[in-house]
This record gives sequence, C-alpha cells and structure tokens, in this order.
Amino acid sequence: MIIPKLAFRNLIGNGTKTWLNALVLSFSFVAIIWGQSLFEGMDKEMSKVTIDQEAGGGQYWAGAFDPFDPMTIDDAPKTIPAELAVETSSGRAAPILIVSGTIYPKGRMVPALLKGVDPDQAVLKLPFDRLRGAAGDIPGLIGARMAKNTGLSKGDTVTVRWRDASGTFDAADIEIVEIFQTQVQTVDVGQIWIPLKALQGMTGRTGKATIVTMPAGTAPRTYPEWSFQGHDVLLKDIKNFVQAKSVGFSIFYLTLMAMALLAIFNTQILSIWHRRREIGTLIALGMPRGRVIRLFTLEGTMLSLLAAAVGAVYGLPLLIYMAKHGWVLPAGQADSFGLALNQALYPAYSAGLVIVTILIVLAATTVVSFLPTRKIVTLKPTDALKGKWS
Amino acid sequence: MTRFSEIGIVSPVSRRVDRSKGNEDNMDMKELIRTVDLTKIYPSGEQPITALRDVNLVFTPGEFAGLVGPSGSGKTTLLNIVGSLDTPTSGSVEVLGGKIEKLSHKKAAELRNRHIGFIFQTFNLLPVYTVYENVEFPLLLLGMKAAARRKAVRDALAWVGLADREKSRPAQLSGGQSQRVAIARAVVKKPDLVLDDEPTANLDAENSHHILETMKAINRDLGTTFLFSTHDDKVIRHLRRKITLIDGRVAADETKTA
Ligand SMILES: Nc1ncnc2c1ncn2[C@@H]1O[C@H](COP(=O)(O)OP(=O)(O)OP(=O)(O)O)[C@@H](O)[C@H]1O
Ligand SMILES: [Mg+2]
Repeated sequence: MIIPKLAFRNLIGNGTKTWLNALVLSFSFVAIIWGQSLFEGMDKEMSKVTIDQEAGGGQYWAGAFDPFDPMTIDDAPKTIPAELAVETSSGRAAPILIVSGTIYPKGRMVPALLKGVDPDQAVLKLPFDRLRGAAGDIPGLIGARMAKNTGLSKGDTVTVRWRDASGTFDAADIEIVEIFQTQVQTVDVGQIWIPLKALQGMTGRTGKATIVTMPAGTAPRTYPEWSFQGHDVLLKDIKNFVQAKSVGFSIFYLTLMAMALLAIFNTQILSIWHRRREIGTLIALGMPRGRVIRLFTLEGTMLSLLAAAVGAVYGLPLLIYMAKHGWVLPAGQADSFGLALNQALYPAYSAGLVIVTILIVLAATTVVSFLPTRKIVTLKPTDALKGKWS
Repeated sequence: MTRFSEIGIVSPVSRRVDRSKGNEDNMDMKELIRTVDLTKIYPSGEQPITALRDVNLVFTPGEFAGLVGPSGSGKTTLLNIVGSLDTPTSGSVEVLGGKIEKLSHKKAAELRNRHIGFIFQTFNLLPVYTVYENVEFPLLLLGMKAAARRKAVRDALAWVGLADREKSRPAQLSGGQSQRVAIARAVVKKPDLVLDDEPTANLDAENSHHILETMKAINRDLGTTFLFSTHDDKVIRHLRRKITLIDGRVAADETKTA
C-alpha cells in the first residue's frame, strides 16, 4: 500500500501544478456527463411526450397502413374489431382515422392529412376535447408548426378537400378552434385534427379507423386485418434522432477529452524528464523499477480521481441546477433539436452514465500515464542520479 | 590527530586478494565485499574508457574506508558497482555473498533496499517530501510497521542532530543539513554498508567535521561499514583504511594501525 501513499504525497507535494491539471481534466468529466445527461434527458423527455401524445401503450394499425408510405393511407382504414370498439366507445382506446386531403389556407393549396379523433378519448394528452360539440363548421385543431407553415391562426376557417371512399372529391370548411404546442412533429406538421365522427361521415368510412391507440399496459392481441405496433416501432425514430444528435455532440467532448489526455501525457513526459534524478534516487534506494513505473502511473490515475473530485465540487451544483431549471437551447438550436423555442431541456443523470464516464476517463488517463513511464525501464540509475538521460 | 603519512603502511599486496589461495581462508574472515579482477570499461565513442582495471579488494564488516585518487580515477565507478547500480565489464563483485553481476534488477533493488545505504554528493533528497518523509522512505520500501518506522526515523534524525527539522522541506535546508538528512536516510534502516560519494564536497570545514563525527559514531555504535570516495584531507584524516586509485588501478591500500 506504499505506492498509493507515495503517489498521493507526490501529487499533493506538486501543489498548484497538480490542481491546474486536475481542473483542466475535470472540465472533460463535467462536459461529458453534462452532454450525455442532456441527451439522456432529451431521449426520456421525447419518449415521454411521444407516448403521451402519439404512441400511447402501443397502436393497432389497420391493413397495410404505413405512416411512411402515403400510398397506403387511403386504402388502409378498416372496421374497428368489436372487442376494440368496446374500448374505444368508452374512451379507453383512441381510434384515429387518417385520410389524405388538401387544404386551402389564404388561397394557397397545401396537401394535408385529415385526422379524425374521438374528442372523448382519454389516451392521448392533446386538447382533443376542444373538438367536442361545436356548432356550424367542423371544428379543427392544428399544431403550432402547422399553423406557422400555413399561416392559419385560431378562429380562422379553412377549406379542405378530400376524396371519399368511392373516390369522389368533396369539400368542407373547417374552423380552427385551437392551436396546440407539441414537440412531436408527427402529430403536428402537415395535418389537421377533426372529430372522428365527422371525418367518418365525410368520407363514407363509418365505423372505420386507421389506428387504434391503446392505453399503457396493453397486452397485444391478434385481430384479423390489424397489426399491433409496440414502442420498439413507435419510438424508433425518436431513439434514432437522439442518437444522431448525440453522435454529433460526442465529437465535441471527445475533442475535449483528447485535449485533457494530451495534457496529462505531456505532463507525464515532462515530469519523468524533470524527475529523472528522483527516479535514480528511488532506484538507488532500492525501489524496483516496476514499482517506480506503478508509482508514476498511479500519480496520473490519481490526478484524474482528483479531477473527478474537483469536477464534483463545481459540477454537482451545476448539474443539479440544470436538472431543476433545465437548459434552454440557444435560439436557432432549438428547432434543429425538434424543440419549441424557449423550451428547456432537462438532463437526466443515471448512475450508469456517471460511473461509466468516470471509468472511461480513469482508464484513459491510466493508459496515458503509463505509456511515458515505460521509458524508466531503459534508464540507467547511475545516469539518472547524475541527472543524465541514458 | 594522526595523519596517514604518519601511520604504518600495510603493504597493498597483503590486502589484495590472492585468488590462488582460493576461498578457504575467507570463510572464517567474514567478508562484506570482495572484488575479483573487477574491470569496468565505458564504451564511449571510438575510444573506450577503462574506468577500473583488475581491482581486487576485500572489505570486512565495520570498516571505515575511503577511496582516494585523482579525478577520473574510478572512485565513483567502483562505488556504483559495489552498490549494484552498475555492473562490471569483467571480473566479479560479491556483496554479502551475492554476485553483483548476476543479480536481476529486482534482486539488486532488494540488496540495496535491505543492506546498502547511499549518500550522494548532490544529496538527492526527494523534494516534495519533508525531512521526516525522506528519512522514512527506505523503511516504507522495507514494509516496516508504522510504530517501528516512527522510532527508527526519530532515532536517525537524533543521530544527525536534526530532530527539530522533521517538518522542513529539503529546499528549506542548508547544504550541511541536507547532507545530514541524506546520512539519516542512509543509516535509518541500519544497513550493513553505507556508500558515500564525496561526503564533504559541498560542505564547509565545520559541517564536514560534524558529519564525519556523526558517521564515525554510527560506525562505532552500529558496526555499519562505511566506504567513501573523497579528495578531501579532512575526510582522509578520519579514515581507518585508505585505498588509492590511479587510472582505475589500486595503487595503494593502507590501513591505520595506530
Ligand atoms: N557513464 C560514463 N560514460 C563514459 N565514461 C564514464 C562514465 N562514467 C565515468 N566515466 C569515465 O570513467 C572514468 C572514471 O570516472 P569516475 O566518475 O569513476 O571517476 P572519479 O574517481 O569518481 O572522479 P571524480 O573524483 O572526479 O569524481 C572517468 O574517466 C570518466 O570519464
Ligand atoms: Mg566521482
């Protein structure tokens, strides 16, 4: 146990230099943990809102429905199976009918999906209840992005055109009763929500739906012509999206980490050079070379432990503050992250993340501390004692 | 004070090892060091330097001996080889029954750790450690228990008269004080042999005197063998045995008989 003790003495004895190195290294600790936790937080948050607003506890898709293939949309709707209809009629499951159409905001022609949803459903947390019992025009609901793209605002009336089940064109006016904010683009962009009954009636698809969104904890069943999609499918895009973003960010902190490692490597080479007389002395006093190497390597590793401690001193309050108040992405950044402006991102810290980060940095610093010490093996003690390098 | 010029000179030959006699008479005469035809050649550039040639010397426990001779005569080289910091080019060196040239790095480290104390001309104290920690260091390497360590360090510091400077750092010490810390570090583990290269090179007369008296006391009280290299008359005066090296050869080997 003498080596750790000596390594610690040497580190502390080096004073300011040690603390400066630890500070630099601690930046990488904090940056990596902060960055990663932000993505973990984003992943969690986006999964949660997607579940709340779109995926629920899984969905039954009708026929050949494929959200990525517009050609499948109009032929997909099927009659809701009796067993599911019991659920939908009580609001415990949310049926959605999707029909492709065109809207004419301010005289422009914009393709849009018409989505019929039951205003009384209790699965999805979007203000669909606003579609309840409106008189006159068909009430419609759009997301903020759709509103921005089409220039529509609350209270506007917009004409929609669609083909009914038999292929005939028809048109109606829809009054925008509400504009909602959402991070989930797939319930916002290019679509307009109206009451299910209205859409079924307008398109001659009574009793039919494209999707039945189930509540959490649904055990998948098999119904002819319907297929169940779990979170693995429904949240795949989110996961991919977050991962793609986090890869980009990784480059940033890998650079930071590389800089920190380079600093350690450099310090280590310099210190072995400066301390060659000391190394000679240690060997002359009877310290085996292997132990000298371990001593110097451990000094590097301890430096990164010290850095973890230093990082904790200013990093913990910072990370706790972030967790409480979130992090508001700079303007311009927010959109590229699929977020609304001024929306705070809340980092999520898992023990795994912190432990893995610290272990990786420790392992890296140990390797980087070890490499230069191999030179000690080639050092002749008599030369080292004279301050010469053989 | 007796000078070497005034004392009886033992023929160098009688002290040199006669290999033809074999080892039988060495068995009863306890040996600490025996060199046999020790030669050291440094392969420096195109002209190799012969630092030691056919050096045959025997040292017994408790000696207080010095290597003298002009600069470049091989004194440091001999000390380094005896201290297992370097190896002979040819010939053999036995220290405490082990052949230096055959020791692995590990075994050599162990020999130094357990049995040999070094005092370097440049002191070579560990700069980030306190006086106490410097002296403690060899004991840490030996794996000595904390209580025993504390006592040994305190004793050693008392021998060299630095009990009150335990907490100082080397940078805060004078040359003489640093030298005394180096002595304490060399003797703290009560080694069989202390090798001391130019013990007084950096010291004034008063400090030199004090330090030599300290080492003589340790030699007397603990039976520790001291082997110096020196040019300094102040040191030579105190030697009980003086070995003169010239050009890497043993030119004279004199023992004070008085
Ligand atoms: N590492 C080395 N490489 C080449 N030659 C060396 C080396 N070390 C010593 N020498 C040479 O070996 C010879 C003996 O050197 P050594 O240091 O043993 O002399 P010394 O008696 O201790 O001298 P001084 O009194 O000046 O300390 C010298 O000629 C020296 O130049
Ligand atoms: Mg010398």
